[in-house]
Amino acid sequence: MATATSTAPELAWTKKISAPQELAQYRQTLIESIDPSTPCIRVCCGTGCKAVGSLDVLAALKTAVAAAGVDVKVVPEIKRTGCHGFCSRGPLLTLQPQDLFYQRVKPEDTEEIVRKTVVGGEVIPRFLYKPPGSKEPIAKVHDIPFFAKQTKLVLKRVGRIDPFDIRDAIADGAYQGLAKILTEMTPQQVIEEIKVARLRGRGGAGFPTGIKWESCASQPGRHYVICNGDEGDPGAFMDASVMEGDPHAVLEGMAIAAYAMGSDRGFLYVRMEYPLAVQTLTAAIRQAEDLGLLGSNIMGTGFGFKASISTGAGAFVCGESSALMSSLEGKVGRPRAKYIRSTERGFRDSPSNLNNVETYANVPEIILRGGQWYAGYGTERSTGTKVFSLTGNVHNVGLVEVPMGTSLREIVFGIGGGIPNKKQLKAVQTGGPSGGCIPIPGKFIDINVGFGKLAEIGSMMGSGGMIVMDENTCMVEVSRYFINFLVEESCGQCTPCREGLTRMREILSRITQGEGREGDIEQLEEIGQFTNNFSLCGLGTSAANPVLSTIKYFREEYEAHIRSKKCPAGVCKPLYYYEIDPDTCTGCGLCLKRCPAGAITGEKKKAHLIHQEACIKCMECYRNCKFDSIRIM
Amino acid sequence: MPDSQPTCCQEPEVDFVVIDRIIRDEFGGRREAMIMMMQAIQRRYHFLPEPALHYLSQVLEVPLTKIFEVATFYASFSLMPKGKHLLHVCTGTACHLKGSGGMVRHVAAKLGIEPGGTTPDMKLTLETVNCLGACAVSPVVVFDEKYYPQATVAQLNELIETVNAE
Repeated sequence: MATATSTAPELAWTKKISAPQELAQYRQTLIESIDPSTPCIRVCCGTGCKAVGSLDVLAALKTAVAAAGVDVKVVPEIKRTGCHGFCSRGPLLTLQPQDLFYQRVKPEDTEEIVRKTVVGGEVIPRFLYKPPGSKEPIAKVHDIPFFAKQTKLVLKRVGRIDPFDIRDAIADGAYQGLAKILTEMTPQQVIEEIKVARLRGRGGAGFPTGIKWESCASQPGRHYVICNGDEGDPGAFMDASVMEGDPHAVLEGMAIAAYAMGSDRGFLYVRMEYPLAVQTLTAAIRQAEDLGLLGSNIMGTGFGFKASISTGAGAFVCGESSALMSSLEGKVGRPRAKYIRSTERGFRDSPSNLNNVETYANVPEIILRGGQWYAGYGTERSTGTKVFSLTGNVHNVGLVEVPMGTSLREIVFGIGGGIPNKKQLKAVQTGGPSGGCIPIPGKFIDINVGFGKLAEIGSMMGSGGMIVMDENTCMVEVSRYFINFLVEESCGQCTPCREGLTRMREILSRITQGEGREGDIEQLEEIGQFTNNFSLCGLGTSAANPVLSTIKYFREEYEAHIRSKKCPAGVCKPLYYYEIDPDTCTGCGLCLKRCPAGAITGEKKKAHLIHQEACIKCMECYRNCKFDSIRIM
Repeated sequence: MPDSQPTCCQEPEVDFVVIDRIIRDEFGGRREAMIMMMQAIQRRYHFLPEPALHYLSQVLEVPLTKIFEVATFYASFSLMPKGKHLLHVCTGTACHLKGSGGMVRHVAAKLGIEPGGTTPDMKLTLETVNCLGACAVSPVVVFDEKYYPQATVAQLNELIETVNAE
């Protein structure tokens, strides 16, 4: 990994902000120091773009600008920012003041971009985005449906500011909410405002945040404010992007929460698989402390809040509140029964408030613009917006923020651009491994996404992972995948979860290997219901959801596996094979070239043949055939 | 971090001065920071050498059983030495849908090891990871910390061949 050398500026020499009013003045000087006509190139350096080499693009851009230095009248500013959201098009650039969006940029393209676009003001068509099925490129960021159809409250600064430079965040309004509560609000008023906003926890359960804060604040003793950044759901990267792109929103939200609950100490528990988030948060805390916006005596008001980072060690169950707190104490993360809530006795046996990254990131705006304003977004029961990570078999993979209550159709087709390769949409999986699969065709495409609705149909909101599945997804295999994941991640202390999951995995593995028996489905249902009803913690009580929801909606697929020993989607290896349709095969030779096992033979321009004994069923030929000639048998 | 990091092969000599610095200087000898101390030790040696854990137990006055409990509970800790090269295949949901499960089975069969295992010549360790958050470019493979977006079986074969040719 090209580890990011922190570009964090030294701010220790800067005068500490010693009164809340000074923050506004400092912000004003920062805004005035920026000439709005200065060209600014923002390079997305989120995890997705980094994986395709955006750091090299960033470096090449800097070199290109330096090389062109003599000709450039105004030196453009080059910013490394957090995730722009449109991950499937990386590496990404946005260019101001023209508001241009360039995608799939390579380091060798940067010289041309600087020469033509930055200096010459010319738009280069080949970097522009073309929507699926259209030949018309779209130049401006705000005209691209993927961006235009989103409502960004949590992500408003993500992708715009340099997360390693606090001045960028302050110019954009960071810490204004904290200044406001320190000058004009009592802790009780802060809690009231959150209650008016009807903000619900974004980690999955949707517990009303204001009520949680109130009950924690009413407890005696030292209070702790903890942020859950242990985003363990595979296929979810919302919290990572917020921490990486706008760490100050999270820190400010935590500081406001600390003020409301009378706490002076906070911890961020971050997954170790997110090294970039740890870097941005570390830099953000240091800079905020240097400026007197965190630490002791914040903005000279006497209120202090010290935040530090703890890294997880790869345990999914540590996303559960009591397990997370136990892990913070340096112990194994096993959940405990919660007849005493962690708001009464949590971390270090003291009252502790745990919220998700996104929940905290919502707080500053609510304080600044009022709970009423926030409640204007979304639905009656689920207010505000929600960030989803839209992944799987969909054109526009990336980070999406929409008001609660937006329909699945709008998210998958309006923003996501639909399903690639002319395939049919089969299901949408929400809620991570303990969520459910929502069948789409005809049935639930217009369902509004919110806490209540998803639970009604047997799935859940979860933290916001949204995985789109096309017709080539085997639902039995998907449920085996999630159960297998949960078997590995179950802490093993309570019997229903430990044994229930293991038995379900046994049965599901058998079915996917073509050894399913009559009665298997009924037995899965029985074990699943038992596991969900009698497990100790949130992981166990939702663990059977993937099995139960797929049986409920895709029972015929289970039956095909068990009775006809066929996998209709072509995923379970012993239950299908590939064949080339001799009538449509043009003999182009692409599959022959692509096959890593050398299992395909054939003469040019004549129908090819797959040799079953050599085929490893890797899907390479199936995925790449331009003529749809590879058939699943 | 010191420059001369042992990267592979035989059990390294454990440098107790380094371990002590991690425990006391970096983390102030706090019991609560034990997981992060163990992460730092693992970053140094690529696994948790037993002598280092004995030492940790003595300094923190935590029973060795508690330390092994933590070491075996969390997926990121390893009590076994790792190979010279590390191959991570992401098996998050998005990567899984795009066939990463088959890739893992393919590599495992080709090398004759289980996921999590190391080849007998200590050259390569195959590991799976639950999600790297790079779902847009799935399936993702990370070889020696370099990302291979939209990886293919053919690419994996090439990587294994380069390792074997060493």
